[in-house]
Amino acid sequence: MLRSDQWRARGTVTPSRAEAWNGGAKVSALATALPAAATRRAFRAILWRDVFVTGKEFWVFLIQVGLQPLFMLFVFAKVLGELNYVTADYGQLLLPGIVALTAFLTALQAVAFPLVMEFSFTREIEDRLLAPLPTPLVAVEKLVVATMRAIVAAAVIFPVGALVLGSAPWRAAALPLLIVVLLLGSWVGAGIGLTMGTLVPPARISVMFALVFTPLIFTGATQYPWPSLDELPWFQFITALNPLTYCSEGVRAALVPEVPHIPPWICIVALIIAATIFTTTGIKGFLRRAIS
Amino acid sequence: MRARAAEAGASLEDAVAEAAVEVRDLVKRYPKQQVNAVDGLSFAVAPSEVFGLLGPNGAGKTTTVGVLTTRVRATSGEANVAGIDVLHDPVAARVRLAVVPQQVNLDRALTPRQNLVFHAAYHGVPATERRARAAELLDQFGLADRADDKVDWYSGGMAQRLMIARALMHEPEVLFLDEPTTGLDPQSRLFLWDRVRAMRERGVTIVLTTHDMDEAATLADRVGIVDHGRLLALDTPDALTRGLTGQSVLEVAVMPGPGDDVDAMLDELVKLDGVQRGERVASESAGFPPGGLAGPGGSSAGPPAAMSGGRAAAPDGQPGAGGPTATGLIDAAGEARLRLYLDVEPAVVLGAAVAVLSARGATVSDVHLGQPSLEDVFINLTGRGLR
Repeated sequence: MLRSDQWRARGTVTPSRAEAWNGGAKVSALATALPAAATRRAFRAILWRDVFVTGKEFWVFLIQVGLQPLFMLFVFAKVLGELNYVTADYGQLLLPGIVALTAFLTALQAVAFPLVMEFSFTREIEDRLLAPLPTPLVAVEKLVVATMRAIVAAAVIFPVGALVLGSAPWRAAALPLLIVVLLLGSWVGAGIGLTMGTLVPPARISVMFALVFTPLIFTGATQYPWPSLDELPWFQFITALNPLTYCSEGVRAALVPEVPHIPPWICIVALIIAATIFTTTGIKGFLRRAIS
Repeated sequence: MRARAAEAGASLEDAVAEAAVEVRDLVKRYPKQQVNAVDGLSFAVAPSEVFGLLGPNGAGKTTTVGVLTTRVRATSGEANVAGIDVLHDPVAARVRLAVVPQQVNLDRALTPRQNLVFHAAYHGVPATERRARAAELLDQFGLADRADDKVDWYSGGMAQRLMIARALMHEPEVLFLDEPTTGLDPQSRLFLWDRVRAMRERGVTIVLTTHDMDEAATLADRVGIVDHGRLLALDTPDALTRGLTGQSVLEVAVMPGPGDDVDAMLDELVKLDGVQRGERVASESAGFPPGGLAGPGGSSAGPPAAMSGGRAAAPDGQPGAGGPTATGLIDAAGEARLRLYLDVEPAVVLGAAVAVLSARGATVSDVHLGQPSLEDVFINLTGRGLR
């Protein structure tokens, strides 16, 4: 052991910014030709990462998105139909709603769950946050991937529906409106997922999902056409606040126009408004998490 | 100390003109916090330098690295990395820097090899090149056999190596290592140190934060000691430890020559250049158990317990305070132990001291050299309070 006196501090080291500072001229920022090109490449690469990861477990993905709609269609349309609780054509009304619901929820979950994990436990998003692209674009990439997954999921519902119901409503003329409404609906779902995934603390995520998910599913006009709610004005009002309603009604307008529905242009406008709101709140939340 | 820091600053001025990392008056206050996490920090790192940011937990090291790596928004001040203003052009800065964080943040959805390849893809490295580079780095970091495992199966040390390999995939100019060896086994630590030196050879500037004194003393060209968000000292590890003058000691056990007087011997020794004062201590000095002190050139072996004794017991600097009295200072065999307090490195005085003793016909039976370590500097600056 050392003796006390040997280690006594002599000259006191005074903290001083000025002397610690080494001086020297400030380096002028290098003009670099990179931003736009580097940003494009980085965006493509992080998009490819998510597509690649989805593709790696594509069967898992299909089961994830396909199973719930399969059972919903089977029980609500097939079983209840066979038992005469619902009419035989209810399936034709329900299927568009299920398509909308699947797209919406797939997008929402595709963003929210992984994001919560990536920001807290695995931190694996950090490598992408350090890629040479503006941070909001990392959030936008999440929305894009989620929307892509949602469109695939929605497409899967048609064969599933045909399998369960014997036929699925389809008309070629439906395609443009169907695509627009599903893209917008998925984007809104993704935006809500981004907002939730970044605003809700990780420890609360399961509670939040219970609080948000179930009301979203059942107030989204997926199991009933919105105009038919005239009998229940208060519920009709609540339903009108759920962006999913406009997606469901839009898909119904495209696939089964004979069923009374909200005019498509209203659906599109409402979805654009919702998309703007949730994209903004989502990106804000994302930035708050990404940069402290 | 003051003068020395200024000198170091002056000698580095040329390098600083094109600093690889430059922080000026940096302030960061997190929302809802009463104090600044970083409180007016300024320093500059020369290209190809290994710069250590040393400080206790919560001193602001990680926040500083966070600002420099575009993940923390500065409240005020300036921060440049590789000549790019990080605060205004984070995207361009990210091209030139890489980070190895404290906690594992590998992409678990990807294999280790894919982690490297995708990282390079994010940074725009062409496809064939990124595969080749990944293979090379996996090999270099001893991960080639386990390159296609799951990341989850990796040990802490392997994950760490993989993160460094990943950081090198886009050939950064500046590499930030945030407490790189915390929790690593000695093998991994030595390996990491080797890699750091190799990177410096290749011209990469390295900023590492640590509270491991050995690491800072071994690796860093210069060390900035930070506490409460402020820079307390900045210099080479040697200069910092030299700053604690008079804390080097040379202790010799001698058998005086026939008829010689120990006090006269001591008087002559004290007159040597570089010796501040001397004293006689008990022959089995409590201060020097075998192996308790660094040998010549060792700069970091002071046992922490000794430091506490140092400052606690002798704040007034009285030599030998509480030490043995003169009566017990020569043992039965007639051997005496003399301790010299130096303001130069002990090895410098050793030759002269031995020469003096031989000339007097004394026999030297034991020599101990003791130097203050960076840890002493650190504790001296940041105090002993727990964080």
